[in-house]
Amino acid sequence: MSFMQHDVPLTWYLLLSAVLFSLGVVGFLIKRNVITVFMSIELMLNAVNLSFVAFAYQWHEVKGQIFVFFVMMVAAAEAAVGLAIIIAVFRVRATLAVDRINLMKL
Amino acid sequence: MHLILFFLFAGFCLAGAINLLWQTHPINSALALIVVMTSLAVLYLLLGAEFLAIAQIIVYAGAVMVLFTFVVMLLNAGREERTLGSRAAGPIGFPAVVVLLAVLATIILRAQGLASAHLGTGLTSDPNGSNLVVLSQVLFHELLLPFELTSVLILIAILGAVAIARREGSEGTAEK
Repeated sequence: MSFMQHDVPLTWYLLLSAVLFSLGVVGFLIKRNVITVFMSIELMLNAVNLSFVAFAYQWHEVKGQIFVFFVMMVAAAEAAVGLAIIIAVFRVRATLAVDRINLMKL
Repeated sequence: MHLILFFLFAGFCLAGAINLLWQTHPINSALALIVVMTSLAVLYLLLGAEFLAIAQIIVYAGAVMVLFTFVVMLLNAGREERTLGSRAAGPIGFPAVVVLLAVLATIILRAQGLASAHLGTGLTSDPNGSNLVVLSQVLFHELLLPFELTSVLILIAILGAVAIARREGSEGTAEK
């Protein structure tokens, strides 16, 4: 039964967070669809949130968790505005490939 | 128990993230991202962040991903095309990512004094205390003004999203 009471080192949570962040960066680099690129950004935000929660656990500090809450709210606002921009760009360019959206001018 | 749950959901997390990169259709990537976010909610529960776990499911896996899937369906996004537009991403980007991961892992592994996560504890060491009570006391007393300001931020974001996504033609008809 010692296996059942085994604790998980916080290092593993932080490593998971680092790996998820790196996967998000890889997605940002290799994906050629603007919506999937945006999803990779969300993945990076989530990875950072995980390390915030792990450090909040480490220091028994509630403000780490509250910071994650504010990050979530800002990310929700960012998703709404970002997707609206994608819709506006799609309406003009009729494409979602980032290689063809290479001008800021609509 | 903690170990089993951690490995199970960390595995789900990584599998979902790799699946996000693997899929070529945006809707499959969106579904993979929902798996990642839901598994992260379970990991938050293991770390004693009950409020964040629920907020993660409602805000991220719920609201944000519904928005994503709606946009994917609205724009009728098909498979992404493989182009050679960004040649620099391969030779420069991947070594940079590997270096980034190596630096982060070195810093994390060399950090001293990191505790072990024990199931059932969180912000309070008091066995009768609740993490939610501790969190709400700070969030709704000390940080009430920033909390209220986020509602203004969300409102502005909604207005901005509507203003940006509105059709160009409808502006003229509204003025007439």
